[in-house]
Amino acid sequence: MTEATQPIQRRAIALVSGGLDSMLAVKVMQEQGIEVEGVNFFTGFCVEGHTHAIRKKDKDKDKRNNALWVAEQLGIKMHIIDISEEYKDVVLNPKHGYGANLNPCLDCKIFMVNQATLMINKAREFAGDRGFDFIVTGEVIGQRPKSQRKETMPIISQESGADDRLLRPLCARNLPPTLPEREGWVNREALFDFSGRNRKPQMALAKHFGLDDFAQPAGGCCFLTDESYSNKLADLWKARNERRYELDDIMLLKVGRHLRPEPHYKLIISREEGENRFLEGYRYMFTSITTVSCPGPLALVDGNLESEEEVSQAAAIVARYSKGRVLDEVTLEVRQADGVARQVTVKPAQPDDVPLAWNVG
Amino acid sequence: MTDVIHELDTRRLLCPMPVIKTQNKVRTLATGDCLRVISTDPGSLNDIPAWCRINGHEVLETGEQGHEVYVLLRVGEDNGALF
Ligand code: SF4
Repeated sequence: MTEATQPIQRRAIALVSGGLDSMLAVKVMQEQGIEVEGVNFFTGFCVEGHTHAIRKKDKDKDKRNNALWVAEQLGIKMHIIDISEEYKDVVLNPKHGYGANLNPCLDCKIFMVNQATLMINKAREFAGDRGFDFIVTGEVIGQRPKSQRKETMPIISQESGADDRLLRPLCARNLPPTLPEREGWVNREALFDFSGRNRKPQMALAKHFGLDDFAQPAGGCCFLTDESYSNKLADLWKARNERRYELDDIMLLKVGRHLRPEPHYKLIISREEGENRFLEGYRYMFTSITTVSCPGPLALVDGNLESEEEVSQAAAIVARYSKGRVLDEVTLEVRQADGVARQVTVKPAQPDDVPLAWNVG
Repeated sequence: MTDVIHELDTRRLLCPMPVIKTQNKVRTLATGDCLRVISTDPGSLNDIPAWCRINGHEVLETGEQGHEVYVLLRVGEDNGALF
């Protein structure tokens, strides 16, 4: 074949979450000779490593980033993109509403495909032939109650701007042919018609490809689907009288025990060494309380302690979670964000002094 | 001649931020440049080398110092910038 008649190498960008479905979708494309690069979006709520990085109970867990690991297994390049700032609007104002918790799945999918669309448009503008031709996702009809229904599939394609450049290889045969299929870049017959929550077909396909190690197959990708986490986020908005957050806020919701004794302040109390170290990093932003006369946790005060009684109340609660909980007195240091510190001595709070209702989340 | 070693401080950031910061920094560097990334997230010891392998960069050294970890890498031929 002369150079002039050689077929153009088609290239796709795949949304890779780190789970099995996107992994299979990429594999199916690779089998068809498509060159794939992965993109993984960091929303701030991703479950990835965060908690295992700091908690002892997760010490022996693989501290691998699943998206990177998947990319390595598949031999594809991976772009990890921080969309946490732009993503706020998705979480705060989801046009299509929330799922069971504060997970705006449908808007999230639209947003991510839209980001990928912008990427391929830009890449085509700058890279010409080296640009990307279409977008691939691991979506399966009927897999998720809200974002992956048959009716929502076209909504994602249209509202994201990807239109028929969005191919879902695992359920493509249940959907109208997309551009890559119509143009013959991929063979529709070799795509799949998976639907529903039954994961057997995916498992069988994984086996066919010889993939036997993959991250938890369904869900678990994002803290917004977690009830306790969503409660903490809702509590944050309520306390601030406004729905907004910064990246630090949502990181801190993943760490420690969160207690709200008064509407205007919350304590974030570390549960172990790793969390202690993590919270240390925030002492320049918050008033913090830590025990001096015995080993104990570090706590951040999110909000204001408005009186001496409240300082004592907060210190007594922190003392309750220290080694000195059975003592008559514990001395703690209360340090302001600017570093000005003083000591207080209190009687540790008793179990009944810390009602369950204070537990946020 | 000693290589110029760029430094990147990702202390206090958790996965995947150290990788994202590394990726974004590498995109500003030239082939052959060296970058030393310091992190307090132990996961960085897996993730940054994995990211390097995927994207064709060489890991020269990794290590731990107290609660910190570091990765020294050399930028490969393609720094990964899309545009
Ligand atoms: S679970 Fe989270 S990341 Fe996944 S689609 Fe829903 S909101 Fe988006």
